[in-house]
Amino acid sequence: MRDGRRNFVKTGAAVAGGLVINLAIPLALRPSMAAAGTFAPNAFIRIDHEGVVTLVMPMVEMGQGIYTAMAMLLAEELEVGLDQVRLQHAPPNDALYANSILHIQTTGLSSSVRAFWTPLRQAGAVGRTLLVQAAAKQWGLDPSTCRAQHGAVLHDVTKRSLTYGALADAAAALPVPARESVALKEPKDFTLIGTPAKRLDTPDKVNGRAQFGIDTRLPGMKIAAIAISPAFGGRPKSVNEAAARAVKGVRQVVHIDEAVAVVADHMWAAKKGLKAAAIQWDHGPNAKVDSASIIRQLEEASKQPGAVAHSAGDASSALAGAAQRLDAVYQLPFLAHGAMEPMNCTVHARKDGCDIWVGTQAPTMTQAMIAQLTGLPKDVIRIHNHLLGGGFGRRLDADGTLLAVKIARQVNGPVKVVWSREEDIQHDMYRPYYYHRLSAGLDANRRPVAWTHRIAGSSVMARYVPPLFKNGLDPDAVESAADTPYAFPNMHVDYVRVEPPGIPTAFWRGVGSTANVFVVESFIDELAHAAKQDPLAYRKALMSDPRALGVLNLAAEKAGWGKPLPADRARGVSVEFAFGSYLSQVAEVEVAADGSIKVHRIVCAVDCGMVVNPDTVAQQIEGGTLFGLTAALYGAITLKNGRVEQGNFNDYRPLRINESPVIETHLVKSAESPGGIGETPTAAVAPAVTNAIFAVTGQRIRTLPIHTALLKSS
Amino acid sequence: MAFTIKVNGSVRNVDVDADTPLLWVLRDVLGMSGTKFGCGVALCGACTVHVDGVPARSCVTPIGSIGNKSVTTIEAVGKTPQGKAVQQAWLDLEVVQCGYCQSGQVMSAVALLAATSKPSDTDIDAAMAGNVCRCGTYQRIRAAIHRAAKESTNA
Repeated sequence: MRDGRRNFVKTGAAVAGGLVINLAIPLALRPSMAAAGTFAPNAFIRIDHEGVVTLVMPMVEMGQGIYTAMAMLLAEELEVGLDQVRLQHAPPNDALYANSILHIQTTGLSSSVRAFWTPLRQAGAVGRTLLVQAAAKQWGLDPSTCRAQHGAVLHDVTKRSLTYGALADAAAALPVPARESVALKEPKDFTLIGTPAKRLDTPDKVNGRAQFGIDTRLPGMKIAAIAISPAFGGRPKSVNEAAARAVKGVRQVVHIDEAVAVVADHMWAAKKGLKAAAIQWDHGPNAKVDSASIIRQLEEASKQPGAVAHSAGDASSALAGAAQRLDAVYQLPFLAHGAMEPMNCTVHARKDGCDIWVGTQAPTMTQAMIAQLTGLPKDVIRIHNHLLGGGFGRRLDADGTLLAVKIARQVNGPVKVVWSREEDIQHDMYRPYYYHRLSAGLDANRRPVAWTHRIAGSSVMARYVPPLFKNGLDPDAVESAADTPYAFPNMHVDYVRVEPPGIPTAFWRGVGSTANVFVVESFIDELAHAAKQDPLAYRKALMSDPRALGVLNLAAEKAGWGKPLPADRARGVSVEFAFGSYLSQVAEVEVAADGSIKVHRIVCAVDCGMVVNPDTVAQQIEGGTLFGLTAALYGAITLKNGRVEQGNFNDYRPLRINESPVIETHLVKSAESPGGIGETPTAAVAPAVTNAIFAVTGQRIRTLPIHTALLKSS
Repeated sequence: MAFTIKVNGSVRNVDVDADTPLLWVLRDVLGMSGTKFGCGVALCGACTVHVDGVPARSCVTPIGSIGNKSVTTIEAVGKTPQGKAVQQAWLDLEVVQCGYCQSGQVMSAVALLAATSKPSDTDIDAAMAGNVCRCGTYQRIRAAIHRAAKESTNA
């Protein structure tokens, strides 16, 4: 721990330079600096002489409530109130802030609470132990007779107390114990964890004060608008620079390999300059790529055996000997992220260093990539992280920052590069298109004796985390397919990697599981129908995991499964184990005669182990479900002539308030380790809805998004 | 061209082309970053402000069209009774997630309550369907508008 502490001091300058999110109003006005003498027992806690408690946030806040959850974990053991803390974004530093599941300081895979559940409580306990020791020493008492509460150490017998601020110097002088050596509270003694504590990031988000990356404003800063080659891999062929520069407020036209940027005093001048530049493009090698050719390529690839993700028994023999056989092909489209904050990045590039203001899910990876691009050492590449106006996996990639740095290297002074919504959608990195081929065999009793599932599509892991792509297998692409909640005596799941030309792929709000839960939960519904059984009862008969059964039963009960509905309405169910959590949804869906769909209600039952903040879990269930519902109803990125056909919220439609169903969340009380929750509901909703559609219409939806034209009954 | 506009009760002078959207005047010229850029073509509502109390998408509102009208932004809307009630209801019901769209959501909700003190669900759908939230906070937005309406009436 001493080393850890030294590291912290070393990074102090970067920490002090980062943005402070002012939360507690009286404290917000005070300056916060990592001044000498500040009590900093580890990389997460700083307490100054005035008792200001600053908590450094290793993971980023993109709406999921993690700043509040992490603060709760620290504050629970440090014994401070959430009204006493202020939060600060961590600087990039894997040694101090890596997520123990991802082994890097990256926010993703619904892993933050799982990864920091123990380390942050330990960090808080180390701080509290030292503060109690410091007080006991001052009073000449045994530390075990003292206790900490709400930012002070108390000695009840003599009614003495000392605030943390008053103890900061003395605590800083004590040797720091190993974090594993300090005792943690029993869950029954938690006073914060498990409560619906108010979020710490929201007051500034309702009054316009919250600062996202796009809100960066620096002295002398210019604004750049960009045009990236419409076809992936193309380059600008001609640019009317004189016309661009003639626009009032335009300062400069910058060329980089795949894009042109117009730098101006403000965004409107930059946009007008870009239009005046009338860029002609050399569309490059992918000019002929279209969706149909990609789908044909995937279909062909899915006919060949792939890397085995799971194999049990002898699926092909069992299939051959089955009383009844079912075969199906399922397809899921490319998807953009469409975060509300368009891509942006502000950079001040100098010969001796580079400052970057951005909201990123991957600050250390970004820093390393900029070091590689510029040849600068990492310690002079300063990433000033921000609140993210939506992440959804988009801000795991550093492409926008690399582009901004390339532009900024040609600009004298700081420049903010802001993408238009069209650039944001047309130059996203997309959730892969997946082509699924399944077969199942039923015995004479209509129970499944064989299940085979082949997944063909791009591997995000192979690009992003090559060491995890082993023997041709992408573990993410097969998540929730290789490990379903059901017992199949003979099962074979494999994966064929296909990298379509001319379209970059990336993480999304869930990747493999968002596709696989749809496919598995639809196909099991097909089996139930073939068996002429109730889809809920059929699932239950094939499940043995009590936690999976628990959420399935709870969702069914709360949704009134089996109770009569009007003829144009029905319920559909899904159940999953994903991101370490169990979740079941029952959707109640109306299908009109013209095929249009109205999702009325979605009941969710969740077992995500111990819960830090139940209201944040409910928020994630509500939001994650709508994110998945948007994709199921409307989401599709298609290619024609090498370019993405969609460009804004008219043709890449988000769900709106008038289309939004009622979402009910029911939490199972659990003492199990925490599970992830940000992406789990996103994966579960599509099959619940499409299974309901089948129950109304008899139409099985095997391709997303849902084509309502297929559902017309008149 | 020089323009004089009234923003949140202050008179501000800016020198930009007449077709410059109010959004970029607020954000890039006046340095008021609470009003957000989302789509640029009035499809998402993130940039919503009030022009003489009426909700307007500032990304398609040219500065030249403002004239003497008063512009109110998220930075000052909390000074109005409806603004205060909406912001409080938003916090009480924990509406917000990433928060990027919420400036616009709050501005649209305040305009709705100023015009319709007891909005029905249908009124809410009509007034708020132009405001996109990718985090999916709609259910809580609806509940918070009803709550703010109740608080405003009781006050």
